[in-house]
Amino acid sequence: MRRYFGRKLLTYSITFFVAATIDWMIPRFMPGDPVASLVAKQAGLSSAGATALVQYYNDLFGFQKPIIVQFFDFWAKLLQGDLGLSVYGHGRPVVESIMGALPFTLALLVPAILLSWWAGNSFGAMAARRKWMDNAVLPIGYILTATPYMWLGIVLAFVLGFSLRIFPMSGGYGFNLEPTLSWEFFTDLVAHWIMPFASLFLVMFGGWAIGMRNMVIYELESDYSRYLEALGAPQGLVRKYAFRNAMLPQITGLALQLGVIIGGQLVTEIVFAYPGIGSLLFNAIKSEDYFLLQGIFLFIIIGTLVANFMVDVAYVIVDPRTRVGMRGGTA
Amino acid sequence: MSLQVSDLRVYYRTLAGDVKALDGATFSIADKEIMGLAGESGCGKSTLGNSLIRLDGRMKYVAGSVTLDGNALPIWDNTGMNEFRFRDLSVIPQYAMSAMNPTRKIGKMTGELLESRGENFAAIKPELLRRIDLVGLQRDVLNLYPMELSGGMKQRMVMVISTLLDPSLLIADEITSALDVSTQRAVAETLVSFRDHGFVKSMIVITHDVSILYQIADTILIMYAGKLAEKASTSAIINRPLHPYTRMLVSSLPEVGVRYADKKLSGIPGSPPSLLKPPTGCRFRARCPLAFDKCAEEPPFVEVDTDHWVACWKATGTDA
Amino acid sequence: MSGPASTDPRMESVSGSVDIDKEATAVPAKKAGGEFLYFALRSRKFLFATAILLVLVGFAIFGPMIDTTDPMDTNGVQMSSPTMDAGNWFGTTILGEDVFAQFVNGLRATFFVGLLAGALAAFIGMAIGFTAGYKGGWVDEVLNMITNVVLVLPTLAVLIVISSYLKARGVLFEAVFVGLFSWPWVARAIRAQTFTLRSRDFIDLAKLSGRGTWKIIIQEIAPNMSSYLFMVFILLFGGAILFAASLDFIGLGPTGGMSLGLMMFNSVTYGAALTLGLWWWFIPPGLGIMAIVGALYVMNVGLDEIFNPKLRDI
Repeated sequence: MRRYFGRKLLTYSITFFVAATIDWMIPRFMPGDPVASLVAKQAGLSSAGATALVQYYNDLFGFQKPIIVQFFDFWAKLLQGDLGLSVYGHGRPVVESIMGALPFTLALLVPAILLSWWAGNSFGAMAARRKWMDNAVLPIGYILTATPYMWLGIVLAFVLGFSLRIFPMSGGYGFNLEPTLSWEFFTDLVAHWIMPFASLFLVMFGGWAIGMRNMVIYELESDYSRYLEALGAPQGLVRKYAFRNAMLPQITGLALQLGVIIGGQLVTEIVFAYPGIGSLLFNAIKSEDYFLLQGIFLFIIIGTLVANFMVDVAYVIVDPRTRVGMRGGTA
Repeated sequence: MSLQVSDLRVYYRTLAGDVKALDGATFSIADKEIMGLAGESGCGKSTLGNSLIRLDGRMKYVAGSVTLDGNALPIWDNTGMNEFRFRDLSVIPQYAMSAMNPTRKIGKMTGELLESRGENFAAIKPELLRRIDLVGLQRDVLNLYPMELSGGMKQRMVMVISTLLDPSLLIADEITSALDVSTQRAVAETLVSFRDHGFVKSMIVITHDVSILYQIADTILIMYAGKLAEKASTSAIINRPLHPYTRMLVSSLPEVGVRYADKKLSGIPGSPPSLLKPPTGCRFRARCPLAFDKCAEEPPFVEVDTDHWVACWKATGTDA
Repeated sequence: MSGPASTDPRMESVSGSVDIDKEATAVPAKKAGGEFLYFALRSRKFLFATAILLVLVGFAIFGPMIDTTDPMDTNGVQMSSPTMDAGNWFGTTILGEDVFAQFVNGLRATFFVGLLAGALAAFIGMAIGFTAGYKGGWVDEVLNMITNVVLVLPTLAVLIVISSYLKARGVLFEAVFVGLFSWPWVARAIRAQTFTLRSRDFIDLAKLSGRGTWKIIIQEIAPNMSSYLFMVFILLFGGAILFAASLDFIGLGPTGGMSLGLMMFNSVTYGAALTLGLWWWFIPPGLGIMAIVGALYVMNVGLDEIFNPKLRDI
């Protein structure tokens, strides 16, 4: 057990190190001078003002110092939780900007993942048993999983938002409202939340449904299923075993899909101008706010690694074979 | 009589048509009889064995009847057969080593299986433990996962589970094929002990290895290309085989301790016919050294001596 | 942007593990290629998918030849909805650009990126997978670690960071980068397959006859998995297209040039297509991507059935 988790932690640590280093390296090794281009954006600067700004940025980024020093500085600041200041946020600490956007993102992401995983697996399992359901679920599933996240978002926004005017098309809540603990505000929040949620949910649902359907079929054809049936076990028992075994790869699948899901989250937020991490990232890109960009990136990395780790733990709990393997007991 | 099979035909559906894997089997097995079922790969022995317990995948019942202990077995009816499975007839499958759910402890799985069949696990458990002792396994195997057992251990466990409810008929499908010789012997002896202890009444032991049958079977049924070739007591098959195919099969067996320096081991030249469009007449005709004109007509499976059945014109003394 | 159902172990069950009951498949023997064609032409899924792909490829190749308008040319009437007039089949954008021209040119770019990225990812995945699976030992350990690290990285985030610093990005760049990060699942799957094949007798024979590692891999192991490798490529192709579309949609696609993702980006950001209801601008590109990727997935399933007889419907 220790060896298993030890390896996982090692992998994650290396990943984090690699990712953070990439993050640190990019502005320093890209062609061109990021500081100069930043300064060039500020139109109408006097040359004195420009020099001062260049000085300021260089200090901020530490570009004048030797590379090694820069590297250690970076890690020092990182471990203190200092991700720098956001230009887009008018000098707000990056961490603050991220924390402000995080609740919105989580409110979309977590329910979407959990509900789509549960619903997709259920439908997939049902489809594996009933032919008529399979004929419906399969094409729908493939279409959904082939749909680009942002496009579904756009289509939903268009149909439900523009044409039918049921839901608002952008923002996290109405522009005219202030965040308060009121019912009105809450319903407005939900109204803004529904379409991005539906968009994420549907695409993921398709993928899980297809995966589960395939897995259940595979398990129902396995030797242990055949044996149970040869001994006259009722379908209920056979299915129970098949479903439980089919779920295992779906759990690992969750970890594998995390990167993709996060990508989907990002673009969906952009479509709906939903004020989560995705929109923040988008704005950071547009305004070339490198600190914010880096901060968000590191944050995403950490979040992904944590989520991966949680899935690893969940898997060990659910699949008894992993524990047996670790005990060293095989024949 | 324990088992009676009459003109059983089971085909396989394929894109190209029906493969006539089992084309008319008629035989019977008495109580306490261990019948070996032998033949080359593709002769239909697995089809026969499996069709009795469960029609799998592409198998399709075409004709024939099966009676066990006086009860007609509705082998074409999957749900109808459930009543008989495990209690009246059972199987030790070819895939015994992967027959147990890998993510369930063996004891738990057995319990759930029994309960689902309406048996009381607690009441049966003492007997289960006794039998585990009998086959030489540790009692704590019930607390283990299948992956913690060796191949041989898993097989023995499956043997115990399959016979737990004392079925009338046990079908053992190629259970020695994947084993080394000494384990083969141990498994074969275990099978016999099951019969002697009264756990099973009669058995069909399916294998392509006639030498095993020589050790444990009371009677042997030889199949060829979907048809029955010969059925007789083991000593009759080995010492006085009547069907040319049986004779060649038996003579191709090496004997332990005998040197074959002066004689070549005779295999049987040629290969079995396609069962998609089987030839008319005796199906062994093309490879048979004794074939003559009459063989263009299919020989019936008839009793030529007490409990000695053959499907061959030469053997029944019907010369053209 | 979504990934394939790559957790499907059936995909890892194609080569060498087909233990068909001899009695069950007495199909008349044909040569390998002939048999493939026989089943391929009878597989509805395969034919359907191929048809759709051919139509879209046709659009991509011939579209720009039929409609020679420059996709960025803003001479057209602004915001006109689709008509049957030549040059306006898909309408125009807010700036008067011809949507059809954008669509067919974008298709070209999309196919190109998908193919290139898919091929690159396939190559890397195979190289790593075969080596790790065949060699084992510490080579395997190291390659495994690399695979795991790349696997865990949230690729889009990484590409965003890299791309946003670059001022000028070419199509080649995008394809290479997408390819550089899409291979981990391939490496894993191929490694697993190679492990099982490695212990087979014919490999021992090859080793005994003194063939070098790579020769054995290329001449003995890979051909055994050829059908699987092909399916892997198809999935990579589809995945790369989705990925590139996302990147384009954020505005980090190739600078200059047209792509389907870019069309969606433009329409939603400065084009205000949603508030103005210019549906002809964003529906076709998404539909195009969905059609390509969906067809590829269906083709993959169809191929699975063709190559693995157990799955065929009778």
